[in-house]
Parts: sequence; C-alpha cells; structure tokens
Amino acid sequence: MSTLSYAVSDSATMLRRNVRHTLRYPVMIVHVLGVPVLLLLLFVGVFGGALNAGLGDGTYIDYVVPGILLMTVGYGSSTTALAVNRDMTEGIIARFRTMAITRTSVLTGHVVAAMTRTMVSIGLVIGVALLMGFRPAADPVGWLAMIGVLALLVLALTWLAVAIGLSARNAEGTSSFTLIVQVLPFVSSAFVPPDSMSGPVRWFAKNEPFTPIIDTVRGLLTGTPVGDSAVIAVAWCVGLALVGYMLARALFNRDPVQ
Amino acid sequence: MTTTPSQPAIVVTGLRKSFGDHVVLDGIDLDVAEGTIYALLGPNGAGKTTAVRILSTLIGADGGAVRVAGRDLATAPDGIRAAIGVTGQFSAVDGLLTGEENLVLMADLHHLDRTEGRRRVADLLARFDLVEAAKKTAATYSGGMRRRLDLAMTLVGDPRVIFLDEPTTGLDPRSRHTMWQIIRGLAAGGVTIFLTTQYLDEADELADRIAVLDHGKLVAVGTAAELKRRVPGGHLRLRFADTVRLAAAARTLGGSARDDDALTLQVSSDGSVRSLRALLDRLDDASVEVDELSVHTPDLDDVFFALTGRPAAAKETVR
Repeated sequence: MSTLSYAVSDSATMLRRNVRHTLRYPVMIVHVLGVPVLLLLLFVGVFGGALNAGLGDGTYIDYVVPGILLMTVGYGSSTTALAVNRDMTEGIIARFRTMAITRTSVLTGHVVAAMTRTMVSIGLVIGVALLMGFRPAADPVGWLAMIGVLALLVLALTWLAVAIGLSARNAEGTSSFTLIVQVLPFVSSAFVPPDSMSGPVRWFAKNEPFTPIIDTVRGLLTGTPVGDSAVIAVAWCVGLALVGYMLARALFNRDPVQ
Repeated sequence: MTTTPSQPAIVVTGLRKSFGDHVVLDGIDLDVAEGTIYALLGPNGAGKTTAVRILSTLIGADGGAVRVAGRDLATAPDGIRAAIGVTGQFSAVDGLLTGEENLVLMADLHHLDRTEGRRRVADLLARFDLVEAAKKTAATYSGGMRRRLDLAMTLVGDPRVIFLDEPTTGLDPRSRHTMWQIIRGLAAGGVTIFLTTQYLDEADELADRIAVLDHGKLVAVGTAAELKRRVPGGHLRLRFADTVRLAAAARTLGGSARDDDALTLQVSSDGSVRSLRALLDRLDDASVEVDELSVHTPDLDDVFFALTGRPAAAKETVR
C-alpha cells in the first residue's frame, strides 16, 4: 500500500474508534442532538411572539432557523474540543505516538466523527423546524448550497475545536472557546437584525464572521439574493479551517507534556 | 532465558535530557544485546520513565545518540516505531472499547489483513487469559487484566524490541508472577526486553543485565550477581520489650546498630540458620529475651546505599 492509502486506512480505523466512543458516551449524544432542538423550541416558543411584531414581513421562525443552525455548529464544536481534550489525556494516545502510523489520522478520525455528529444534529434541527412551521422557499440547488456552506463552517470550527482541545491543559481550558462560539452568534444577525442594535455592537455584529455565514444560509433558504455575503462567508470558513488545521497539526506534533 | 548475544538491539551513548533547569538524564550509555532482558533499576524520579519515553520515540532527547533495532532515533524514528512495542507505566488501553476491539484496533493500525488480524487477536486473548472478558469494555477490567490487555496490544505488531515501564508496579503478587512468566516467555522467543523497575528482586528474577540509575546517571551496570557482590549481606532486626533489655542485647552483640525509639537492634547477618542459632544462643546465655526477630535480605535500598552512600527513599523528587 502507498503512504496515501495507509493514511486513509489509519484515519478510517481512528474514525471507527471515535464513532464507538460517541455511541458509548450517551451524554455527548444528548448534548449534541438535544440542546440545539431545545434552543429552537425556546426561541420560537418564548421569544417568537414578541419578535414577530418587530420583524415586519415574514415569521420569526423563518428568520431564526439559520441562527439556530449556527448555534448547533457552535455546540457541536465545543463538544469536540472537550472530546479531543479528554482523549489526549488517555494513555492510548501515547501508544499511537510510538507506532508507525499516520500521525494526523488520530486528528482526522476526530474531525470526521465530529462533522458527522454535527451534520446529523443539523438535520434534526431542520426536521423539527419544519414540523413547527418553518417554510423555506429554497429550491434543491439552494438547499445543496446551504448544506455546503454549513458543512464548510462545521469543518472550520471542528479543526479549530481540535486545536483548542489539544492546547488546553484540561477540560476547563476549553471553556473560553465554548463561550466564544456560543456567545458570538448572539452578537450577529442570528436572532435579530443588526440594524436594531446600538452603535458599536451594531458595527461588531455586521463585521464578525458569523453574520455573513448566517446571511448566506438565510438567503439560500429563503430564496433571497445573498450578495457578497457568500464570498465573505466561504473566505472566513476556508481561512479558519486552514488556521485550525495547521495549529492542530503543530500542537499534536509537539512532545506530549504528561 | 538467554540466547547467544549477537548484535546489539539498543545502543545509547551520552543520552541527555532536561526539563527546564531540572536535569533528568545526565549522559547515560546503554548497550543491550539482542534477545536479552535488560533492567533499568532505580527509585522514583531517577529518570527511568524519561529514558523509556525517549528510546520509544515518544519525546525528543537533548543530546546523545540512540540506535534501536539498527535504526537511528534522530533520522529514522518511524523505522524504530515499526520494530518496537511499548507498554508504559500508565495504562495505554482504550477504556471505552472492549478488550477484543482494543486488539482489533492494533491489528488494523498494523495493516494486518483481516484473517491474519483476527487470528492474532484470538491467539492473544487466549494467551493472556482474556477470552471471557473479550466483549467487556476495558474500563471494567481489574488492574491485572488491564496490564495484560496492555501487553497483548503491544504484541499485536510482533515487535522485536519491547519496552516495559514498571510492568508490575501496583499489581498484586499473583498478577506480578503471571507478568514475570509472560516476560520470560517473550524473551525465550528471541524478543529483546528493556524494562524499568524499582524492585531489585524483579530485576534479579528477570534480567540478564541490570543498570542502576540514580539522579540521571548510571551508577552501576552488571548482572544481578555482580551487583549483589557490591552490596553488604542482609541483616537481622531484633525488637525488645524495653530499653533495659535492648541495652543488654547491645552489650552482648557488639557492632550492632541500636535504635532506642523503636527498641530495635540491627545486626549484620547472611541470614543462614547456623548464624541465626549462634546469635540466639549468645542472647540466651546473657538471659536477654527477644520480642520479635525479622530477617532482611538485600533490597533496592541496600543496593542504593552501597552504590551512592544514601538511602534510595530520601532521593525521591517530584518530576
């Protein structure tokens, strides 16, 4: 076998390991699948009525679903950071390091498992939203494009999460990342239009990476033009993914501390 | 136990490693013949684990040359990785996977084909008495079972050189003997074994050669017999009911070490029945009653004391 096919085979082996971990650690499944659905119910059920009034045309659920999808990706990535951090303290990682295997396969296994988890979670949120009256106007091409953008975002945040999980000394060390990915969506166009925000907050909300991503997803779902949001969104995702990947690889190749 | 030493399996010259200001390995040389068992003996904090971690490619060295299984550590670490197996001090099994899945994971990572992998996994489960527990997750295993699974995982790739970092620390006596049998069996099959231990009796039982590590330096290298020749014989410890009897005994037995707090007297002895009887006869003649008597054979503390002039226990440092 060639180096590449060894890399693929090792990554597949690691993926099987990570999938088993997910299935045998039910708390993680509840967290990844349950919390986003809960958020959706909260925002539509609790704030929906009040926010409908201020939004003009359209219903709030059509506005908020892209934001909830973003939160879903955020929650997924914070789970990944925790999972990677916990895994690195396991003795078996030291064993992997003393074996003639493709080193990054340990990380690739985590990334593919995490992406699968989060995409399943995204599917679940969309399903529940449709049941609650979410009526996107998107055509099949729009759906595909939307899923593509989300997948790219998941890839970016997952590699970042892996890097954070590797750099944190313990589980608590990943909490600042969790905070960032869970709070940033609130200061974006996820739940209310930035135009309704005050001065500096509005400027930040309009220029942070999550806003063009949400605008793109929202545009693709509702069939409205996305303008240059799409290009900015893709650029942010590709950039973050690259940074996350390089950082994660460098961190994993360091000498282990323990 | 020993095959004819041919070419060296491990050659180390001038190995150095520091963590910050703390020098852990201060230029050590090792020469391990193929197919032999080599023990690195020393107290906690002596640098044993660091040595194993460097030799097994886990962490880098600050200086020195290392060749394992004919490959150079600096230029061909993957070549070394393909030839070695490592069982560390801390369990390197995946607790969320079953015993069998752990072994299959290793077979997959060694790119064994399915049939060969399954065969080897089944073999190892039987050989390490893990057949019944094969379908249970490793997190539910006892300490001895985890250690056996750990070693079984190391063997999946059929390594030529095996590193065992304190393979029996924390095991009950029965598991410890099982582990010794397994290690002897491996060596009999021609595998080179490099193990670390804090116990002289373990090194004595298993090793063809022993290197004594102290504060990052080798203070002695030799066979168990050679090392023991450098250690004074064992001693007897006598305990008395009160200081009066202790003083009387100390007068009777000249040249003994007296401890007034513990009410004990330490007397050099080779531990033979003849010398024991002679000693008790002398105490009987002096009408001194002994409360308790214990025989001490040389242990790691004695070896350390003889080699470094300090007791081993006092030198423990936090890594």
